Amino acid sequence: MSSPKCKDPIALNLWYAIAPLEEVLDGKVERSILLEQPIAFTREPSGQIAVWSHDGDGARPVGASLPVQERYGYFWTTLGTPDADIFAIPEYDEPDRRNIHAASFGVNASAPRLVENFLDMGHFPYVHTDILGAEPHTEVKEYFVERSDERDEILATNCKFWQPMASRASSGGADVDYIYRVPHPYCSVLYKSAAIDPARMDAIAIFIQPITQESVRVHMMLSLLDDTSTDLDIRLFQQTIFGQDKPILENQYPKRLPLDPRAETPIRADKSAIVYRRWLSDKGITYGVIPAAA
Amino acid sequence: MATDLQNTWHPIAASTDLVKRHVYQAQLLGREYAVWRADDGYVNIWENRCLHRGVRLSIGINDGRELKCQYHGWRYANRTAGCTYIPAHPADAPARTICNNTYPVAEASGLVWCGEHATGDLPDMSGFESVTALRGLPVNAPRDMVIEALGAYAFADGCSAQTDEHGVVTVTAADGQAVRFFVQPSDSNLSVIRGVLNQALDGAERIAALRHHNFLLDVLRSQVEARAAELETPEPMTPPIAKVSADLAEIPPEQEGGRTAELRVQVVDKTVTAEGIVSLRLEAIKGQLPTFQPGAHIDVHLQNGMVRQYSLTNGPGETDHYTIGVKREPDSRGGSVAIHDSLAVGDVLAVSAPHNNFPLRRDALHTVFVAGGIGVTPLLAMARALNSQGLSFEFHYFVQSHAHAAFRREMGEFGDALTLHKGLSPEDTGAKLRDILASPGHARHLYICGPGPMLEATRGIAADLGWSDEAVHFEYFKNTKEVDDTNSFQIELARSALSLNVPAGKTILEVLRENGINMESSCEQGACGTCRVGVIEGEVIHQDVYLNDAEKSAGKSIMTCVSRAASDRLILDI
Ligand code: FES
Ligand SMILES: [Fe+2]
Repeated sequence: MSSPKCKDPIALNLWYAIAPLEEVLDGKVERSILLEQPIAFTREPSGQIAVWSHDGDGARPVGASLPVQERYGYFWTTLGTPDADIFAIPEYDEPDRRNIHAASFGVNASAPRLVENFLDMGHFPYVHTDILGAEPHTEVKEYFVERSDERDEILATNCKFWQPMASRASSGGADVDYIYRVPHPYCSVLYKSAAIDPARMDAIAIFIQPITQESVRVHMMLSLLDDTSTDLDIRLFQQTIFGQDKPILENQYPKRLPLDPRAETPIRADKSAIVYRRWLSDKGITYGVIPAAA
Repeated sequence: MATDLQNTWHPIAASTDLVKRHVYQAQLLGREYAVWRADDGYVNIWENRCLHRGVRLSIGINDGRELKCQYHGWRYANRTAGCTYIPAHPADAPARTICNNTYPVAEASGLVWCGEHATGDLPDMSGFESVTALRGLPVNAPRDMVIEALGAYAFADGCSAQTDEHGVVTVTAADGQAVRFFVQPSDSNLSVIRGVLNQALDGAERIAALRHHNFLLDVLRSQVEARAAELETPEPMTPPIAKVSADLAEIPPEQEGGRTAELRVQVVDKTVTAEGIVSLRLEAIKGQLPTFQPGAHIDVHLQNGMVRQYSLTNGPGETDHYTIGVKREPDSRGGSVAIHDSLAVGDVLAVSAPHNNFPLRRDALHTVFVAGGIGVTPLLAMARALNSQGLSFEFHYFVQSHAHAAFRREMGEFGDALTLHKGLSPEDTGAKLRDILASPGHARHLYICGPGPMLEATRGIAADLGWSDEAVHFEYFKNTKEVDDTNSFQIELARSALSLNVPAGKTILEVLRENGINMESSCEQGACGTCRVGVIEGEVIHQDVYLNDAEKSAGKSIMTCVSRAASDRLILDI
């Protein structure tokens, strides 16, 4: 690979989910883009997945391969040399869960704008009307956010929001508990009360693959305690939700997330976003953001 | 630095683009605008970005009075662009400084005009007294190139074109028909041709003329775009995005200081709205009045030196004036009598910007308003806001007689939600209130405003019937309690590490001010809540009527104008 278009060493050295495993077919070469770098992948006769970067023609330079890992139903790769493994989602391995690839969406927005949208409860009544929220139940109650430097991730707990129909399996309105994790600058996992077992939580993750600074593909993974809905119904539900966010995300300006605290107007409900922006600033991330002037 | 193009007026839309309840997206010199007409006819030109998270306001909802953002439902007022409501925190009043950027606006010759820093007159339109506006035609080319091409435009026999120093092109035909073109510089490589004819045409004639010009301009566009495509495309303009004020970047908005009367308003109407009650319509002498939220009051500084608080009764979006209601109270210290007897239409008053210490939640499933006498004023503004959003409420207005009921016209819009209770004795009032308040419940809220005894009674009955403190909201007109200021104590200011003595006979507020700490206040008798400060440590003797019982026993805040320490010292969060 000649010198990468993306100049952000932190972004280059991260792992990224590229495609669900079921879509990597024997002997068929598929193309994609990661951080403006064209890449291609296939499943080799041995069953292994191979990924390589190329100059736009898809051709596989001899001997040049990118690292590959299979995790959470996707294959992951990197353009650099990550110093950390892919973050853990322990729930994924619990035997009674259904793990589903819900969708991969193209969005003309920056990856950090998507992460913030994912962390945001205040938009439920307005964007996901009558599904994840409904007026007049608009209050975002106080919650906690902490940043663990040891695990290098952000955790928001004690989040609650009133929802008319929180998931495919729910039948009526209820206050739903949420926990949010941001374990990767461009990935997030949320946990919410499971409709069939209030003591446990469904997990929903987004793994964002930045195509450019202002466009992404987002892969959505579900790990659910739901044994009644069909895969199709579950997917349609998530796709409906995401289809509602997409036009909002594509109408946010500027597209890159501004890290200057005075660029936008935060309120208490945005605590987790404020911590996220600071975390990105402290990391020194430049890809997909407008760094705060020093 | 402002360029010439930024200082001049440009058409950015046709008047007919501003369809009722629509939000039009325009662009000038690279900056996007959300352009919308309120039901009162006012045209708003705002930066096309919600202050909260940058979402385009052109995809928002124009409800005729306010513009509501699609993402989190923040509401911005007609004219002022001030934020009036943040649904995620329904119990809070948004900081007054949350205000979107607005731009100069004018409407003339069938076009809507704007300029980032436009001042002065619109282009001279002599010869174009009655006009027909052509359809705006976007062209992917720089403005100069389009202006140059329009110099050769011919739509009839014997056309001659003239281009003035501002780039306005007027093409006149031999028979006197003329068209004047303004080229809107949307971006470095995008322009919009906006033409007007010097005749007001109708029906088939108009359509024929529009078609004719459209056809010719379309040809011109293809030629210009072909030429522009041969040149290197200029970089798009990147107008800077203004930063929000520093206090908004931090989550809790800072207080502003002082009991100030920063606004000058003129009394433009004084009407008797009920027996003993006048309503005053106040308009700004210069500029725009600040945004208000339902429940807000202003301090009115009277000519005799008195300062009085009056709630605004305005409905949402009524931002070109403030309306207050004043009851004549012959027994009080004379503020209201001065207003009734000596204040006249045309007089100028000094007033404060609106304070909102009586915010309205809009996340209730049902809201009950109980108004007594002149206490109707803040509740009227609240109910009008709920009504305009279609939220459920009932409005109970207790008055001596029909003749004493104020603002009946405004209340007409409430329909069945309004009940007038006339001439009830205190016992009958109590029984009625028991009926009204019989069913507290999840997400039901009660707002009370009226004379002290009635307010006390209503709060008592509500508590009796199981309404929680959080669901009961009230505002007293005044604090009638005897204030005891005989003790002395220390206060420590946590943020400035100052330690001050409050002697007998002085209030905390006075001591703070003497020491140069600029504190905001309004009624200065423990009724309005403006001078509230957080308490970190120490016990408080609450002597106000603003905090509810739960808040008083929690001891987390103090009204510095009347309340004092029960302990030797108080640590305050300032
Ligand atoms: S972005 Fe407009 S309300 Fe949040
Ligand atoms: Fe969403």
